[in-house]
Amino acid sequence: MTAVIHASDLTKIFGKSTAVDHVSFEVQKGEIFGFLGPNGAGKTTTTRMLTGVIPLDAGTATILGYDIRSEPVQAKQRFGVVPETSNAYTDLTACQNLMLMGELYGLPRARAEKRSSDLLGMVGLLERKDQKVQAYSKGMKQRLILAMALIHEPELLFLDEPTSGLDVQSTQMILSLLRDLNQQGTTIFLTTHNMEEANRLCHRVGIIRAGKIVAIDAPEKLKTAIDRVHKIEVSFDREIPGDTLAGLSGVITATRTGDKWQITADNRDTAIRSLVTFSEQNSATIVTLNTLAPSLDDAFLRLTQEAQP
Amino acid sequence: MNPAGFSEQMRRAWAIAKKDIRIYYFKGPVLIFGVFMPLFLFLAFFMGSRQLPLSFLISGLVGMTLFFTATAVSPAIFPWEGQAKTLERLASCPITIEAIVFGDMIASILFGIGITIITVIIGLALGLSLLHGILLLAAIFIAAFCFSAIGMLLAVPPTNVPSNIMMLSSLIKFPMVFISGIFIPLEQMPPWGLALAVCSPLTYFTDIVRYAFTETHYFPVLIDIAALAVFTLIFTVGTMYLHKRTMPQRM
Repeated sequence: MTAVIHASDLTKIFGKSTAVDHVSFEVQKGEIFGFLGPNGAGKTTTTRMLTGVIPLDAGTATILGYDIRSEPVQAKQRFGVVPETSNAYTDLTACQNLMLMGELYGLPRARAEKRSSDLLGMVGLLERKDQKVQAYSKGMKQRLILAMALIHEPELLFLDEPTSGLDVQSTQMILSLLRDLNQQGTTIFLTTHNMEEANRLCHRVGIIRAGKIVAIDAPEKLKTAIDRVHKIEVSFDREIPGDTLAGLSGVITATRTGDKWQITADNRDTAIRSLVTFSEQNSATIVTLNTLAPSLDDAFLRLTQEAQP
Repeated sequence: MNPAGFSEQMRRAWAIAKKDIRIYYFKGPVLIFGVFMPLFLFLAFFMGSRQLPLSFLISGLVGMTLFFTATAVSPAIFPWEGQAKTLERLASCPITIEAIVFGDMIASILFGIGITIITVIIGLALGLSLLHGILLLAAIFIAAFCFSAIGMLLAVPPTNVPSNIMMLSSLIKFPMVFISGIFIPLEQMPPWGLALAVCSPLTYFTDIVRYAFTETHYFPVLIDIAALAVFTLIFTVGTMYLHKRTMPQRM
């Protein structure tokens, strides 16, 4: 695997506050990397440093092999950016915005026209291509911004909260496009608040809290890593005494919640086998059996709270 | 293609200029400060200074028009774009800050030249004869370059509130008009006034315009051209250097 983003000791200081504090990570080619963190954690500042919008106060950032400080133009030529706030020119039409991007990325006119038309079709704006952007809805503006970031077929795409505040239709369209782009080989660096989005989309996530990275791993690994005690929810077709369940092999506690039992276990596999054996031996039919894995939300909250100063 | 190469960056600067022309030429503040303001100022002096010959006033009008128009577009672009967050879009594109600034300057230069040529035509229509047309065209080009760089310099303070820059711009531009021999001939100025006049690039441009229409001038033409060229170089290099420093503070 090749690292397309290599950030080492990235630091940004605003006045007396350190917004990003010696952050280091790598994003591999072909990956969808989610960058998560609470408000004010330093996600956008990190993205802005990586994309060359604001300078680094310390550390290094190499994007697609180019140092963002010494070779910013070469690096920017090969990546696209979808920023937090929609920033298309509202006095221009969608088509004019895309042609402007084409010119800024050095595309020949014919190629820019073809790409503009294809991208506007892809994001469902072809019929409104000659309308000024000021008349667009938020979802339409965000889809246009994505198209603008893709005009030069970038190898790497930075997205800062791309679906924040969008309707379901626009959100689904953008997420589906991101999956397709990734399947075609585009590496994606995605900043988001939406844990479900990160869980479904990202190969790995990095969690930042108060300017410092607190965890980097695959979502599933992060979820399991935060909780060594597993939860199982089970219900039977008849009443079962709680102390009987608590005494089964692998079970630590059994707590009644409504018509179900919530079991905590140090080994999920052993506990489930014990429950099944118990059910067979006591002629108690299992009605429902669910393993309650911690969600990425749980992992995020646990990790960000633990890191709280 | 080397995206950081000079020719490629110039192409991209031209793209910025075309965008500026589409968006900013017809914005209210640009038309007010660039077109109506010099027109009304001229009319006020035209009515009140009947003893000054028309050739003198038209020369002043040409100088003032170029100065106001070429400095009308450029100061407002950065604050407007900072406010709309489109500057962040440009900052993430493969274009240098110098090329962005140069692109804005091109838009300003073309606006200045276009409106000034209309003023020259009005002068000719009023019966003035153009004695040194090529010299006037060359001077208009250099001075438009110089004034647009001044406009960009006015936009250096990293505020994203256009009215702040417009206020600062008026504070500097109006005194410059009065010390540059537009309404008061340089010959009639007191020594302190003349000392101020030589510090203003508008003085040299107005002197050339006057020479082009009437063949009278205060400084030798070569000095006028050289002074304009030096001011242009200093202001252009200065504005690019300063914008590079202040641009991140706008984000």
